[in-house]
Amino acid sequence: MGLRETMPERSSVPLLELLLSHLRIGLLSFGGGTSGLAYHEVVVRKRWLVEAEFLSGLAICQILPGVNVVNLAVYVGQKLRGWTGAVAAATGLLIGPFFVVLAFGILYGHIIGVPAVAHALAGITAAAIGLMIMIVIRGARQSRTLAGPLVAVAIAVAIGVFHLPLVPVVLVGAPISIALAYLTRRRDA
Amino acid sequence: MPDNPYLALAIVFVPLSLVSFGGGVSVLPAIQHQTVDIQAWATEREFVELFAVSRTAPGPGSMLVTLVGWKVAGWGGALITTLSMFVPSSILCFMAAGAWARHEGKRWHTVIQSGLAPVGTGLIAAGVISLFRIADGGPASWATAAVTAAILLARPRTPPILPLAAAGAVFALLGLSPHA
Repeated sequence: MGLRETMPERSSVPLLELLLSHLRIGLLSFGGGTSGLAYHEVVVRKRWLVEAEFLSGLAICQILPGVNVVNLAVYVGQKLRGWTGAVAAATGLLIGPFFVVLAFGILYGHIIGVPAVAHALAGITAAAIGLMIMIVIRGARQSRTLAGPLVAVAIAVAIGVFHLPLVPVVLVGAPISIALAYLTRRRDA
Repeated sequence: MPDNPYLALAIVFVPLSLVSFGGGVSVLPAIQHQTVDIQAWATEREFVELFAVSRTAPGPGSMLVTLVGWKVAGWGGALITTLSMFVPSSILCFMAAGAWARHEGKRWHTVIQSGLAPVGTGLIAAGVISLFRIADGGPASWATAAVTAAILLARPRTPPILPLAAAGAVFALLGLSPHA
């Protein structure tokens, strides 16, 4: 983890900044694919977490109950500032969409079924998918062994192509991946 | 069910929060069953409309429950339902994150972390596949995703709002449907 030296001091991340960052993520997260926005904000833009911290946290967050991106905000907030950080991040993530979804509900007839809105949403979703593809490619690039990419492909195919349920797939895949990581480290050592 | 609508909403959604393994999608059928069949808070048609609104708005798809709460008991209902759906699972996640963070820096922690990272990458790749299936992405969607990924790989600090807004505007102006 040679990147650790370049990390800013975590306890110095202001709560307001944590809240505003997650407000931005929440308000931009149209059409799913929020993990790409969260990665960009937390790992690329703010450099609050290194890639492995973010991705391992994401795996943990997905097997716990709860909405993945909310769990991810709690994880990031907890890591940076403890319970106040978790509250700030989760609140920031949800407060924007809370008001927007209600506004859309009130304006129902003016938004739902309007072709331009549906078209815009399709475009935004496609770009959000692009953000996620960016993470996958960055992950593959950073991997120094073949084990990581193989695990990632196996997980993606099992869930995305064969529609196997996520939690059991992770519960089987994670120990195998951890064992592979252990063996590669020992070989390197 | 209690007469108090706030209490009724909390009783329905707190347990759903705690069993939503694998994300909000996993409890969507249960949310529909409770809202339409058991509590009769919305008709089948109204529920589909609320679902469409939640898909159009930003934020997690589970914000659908915010709309259910709003329909049942106005702003207070929206707030109670949102908290019921997100707070219990977040407390569990917070405890797990705290337990995990306490061992940071130990060697086994680093090994587990580096083993879990590719699992996270695989989950995001799986998300790409299923999002494309839901969005029914045609060539225009593929091209947009590829260009966005290329831009952000070449210039990582590009604000994501630029490709997102540009793609939304281009699709709306050209009238590109999800099937285009």
